[in-house]
Amino acid sequence: MIKKIIIKIGGNWIFLILILLLYLLTLFFNKDLFIKSILYFKNVLIEVVPILIIVFILTFLANIWINNKKTNKLLTQKAGFLQYMTAVVLGILSSGPIYLWYPLLSELKEKGLKNSLIAIFLYNRAVKIQLIPIIIYYFGLPFLLVTTFFMIIFSLINGYLVAKFTNN
Amino acid sequence: MKKYNIALKNTFNNIKNTLPILFGVILLIAWIINFIPPTLYHKIFTGNNITDSFLGALVGSVAAGNPINSYIIGIELLKQNIGFVAVTAFIISWVTVGIIQFPAEALLLGKRFALIRNIISFFSAIIISILTVLILQLL
Repeated sequence: MIKKIIIKIGGNWIFLILILLLYLLTLFFNKDLFIKSILYFKNVLIEVVPILIIVFILTFLANIWINNKKTNKLLTQKAGFLQYMTAVVLGILSSGPIYLWYPLLSELKEKGLKNSLIAIFLYNRAVKIQLIPIIIYYFGLPFLLVTTFFMIIFSLINGYLVAKFTNN
Repeated sequence: MKKYNIALKNTFNNIKNTLPILFGVILLIAWIINFIPPTLYHKIFTGNNITDSFLGALVGSVAAGNPINSYIIGIELLKQNIGFVAVTAFIISWVTVGIIQFPAEALLLGKRFALIRNIISFFSAIIISILTVLILQLL
């Protein structure tokens, strides 16, 4: 019965409803926490809307371009050095919170993009060019260089292992 | 023209499926950030490098928000003599592991993919933190 309801409404809407229920409970039991959370939500929303628009434009373009045999072949063929490096660079260059990129990646995954490349992209989202001055200020240049080096290396290991364990 | 219509329809479906998840995740992050007091982070660590690196990665995995916050908390932890390995694991897992974002990742990219990726990222954070500190000691 519950499974049928979940399928009918959709897991995505159930998730949102559960979070809204949490907010409703918070409103009754801790109004201060409710107000602070709503204000934080509003600020994050203002911050992410422009990036979200870019992501949806990219999704639209992906739907136009990645719809023929040639591009589909590029996505689905065995990932090589060039594809791995592209995923690393795009991961580093992409901005905004990680979850904003799930819709585009989901669309590309449906079109055949390999799990390894998605995992590499997501891992390299942790290496952020705009944060370099702040990391140097707090922890120093050697820390930045060593962690960045290891994070790029481990992103590739991560991609390999994800592909192995997801059989993709 | 037909190609553009199909692309538009697919994109619209993607937005329709994605927005509830994104709103849900942002609402959840907003709630958790305000629910967990920053002082809690200081109370968790024990002073033991090995257990603290594991705890650092664990706390960083649950935490969410701007990475700058992880640096600020990290510096505060260092001031309280929490080991550098633990702080590094905390900072790395903050950006590579996402327990709060997990429902969104699982719904859009697959449960198995999200689970495996986050588990591997969690252990990677611990290994990277140990290697980083070892190399920095050698430099």
